[in-house]
Amino acid sequence: MKLKQLESLLGDLQQFSNPKVELEQYPTGPHIASRLLYTAENSFDDISNKVVADFGCGCGTLGAAASLLGAEQVIGIDIDSQSLELASMNAEDLELDIDFIQCDIGNLGWRGQIVDTVVMNPPFGTRKKGIDMDFLFVALKVASRAVYSLHKTSTRDYIRRAALRDLNASSAELLCELRFDVPQLYKFHKKKEVDIAVDLWRFVPKCSRGR
Amino acid sequence: MRLLTHNMLSSNIKGVTNGFPLRIEVEKVVEKQVEINHDFLRNIFPKIDWKAFSDASRIMGYNELPEEPPEPSVLESDVEFLGKFHHALLELHLEEGALLCPETGRKFPVSKGIPNMLLLEDEV
Repeated sequence: MKLKQLESLLGDLQQFSNPKVELEQYPTGPHIASRLLYTAENSFDDISNKVVADFGCGCGTLGAAASLLGAEQVIGIDIDSQSLELASMNAEDLELDIDFIQCDIGNLGWRGQIVDTVVMNPPFGTRKKGIDMDFLFVALKVASRAVYSLHKTSTRDYIRRAALRDLNASSAELLCELRFDVPQLYKFHKKKEVDIAVDLWRFVPKCSRGR
Repeated sequence: MRLLTHNMLSSNIKGVTNGFPLRIEVEKVVEKQVEINHDFLRNIFPKIDWKAFSDASRIMGYNELPEEPPEPSVLESDVEFLGKFHHALLELHLEEGALLCPETGRKFPVSKGIPNMLLLEDEV
């Protein structure tokens, strides 16, 4: 599938109608989602025929992209039932076969390393401090090949240090810097649209069988 | 929820030493066909907890899997077995029912195929 085609399909997905501030719900736009998954698949072979988990899946954009690029099994995890309903609907619209689980990532009970790759756009931690690291911690325990994650550029050095020193990553590769459009979703947003500089990371967990 | 997913999920309630596997209570099972991928099945086979998987398949109404895991060589040559493995792992969906913590018996409801694993305050 071509990148443009993937981006176009993802653009048809339904987004949050009433995003919840305290969960930092923003949709991962089709532009970023398509590039993240396209890179994961074409540069690293981390998606097709693999088991992929989308942590904090929200309306399911990343998981849908993984499925469209040939993931054998996709699992979407989110704490919010409305998001999961939306994600289910989106998966159905694209005729994709995705399993969803409702749970708090911090309390996820998981066995083994069946999941090959975790893809995620975790909350940045503006509402609940440290939650981006909680997500990364769990992702590196669950994935056996790689974790793809988006974090604010302003946290770049901290993320690299923490991932390698504390979170069991054997490598932390900065793939690229992106601008994340946050549209005026919430009443406290003063500007019509704001660009946040965001880093796309690829982490490899220790004791993995991948590259 | 497929049995592949069930094979990864465990109960994380405070105080529980082994929350795997979750017991399954069936209200509604749905079968959805997906294309078989032999290589995928061969790769995933060593990672599956076979006992939990075959027990779960029987609860879901499918009785074709052996209780003991087959020798890996079976996956190389036995296409019929691969078909059964594929069917149980990826084509049976628990649509309505519950997953139960093996130690406390606490029920995690499954609705529209989605298990709700959210813990209460005192379970964290």
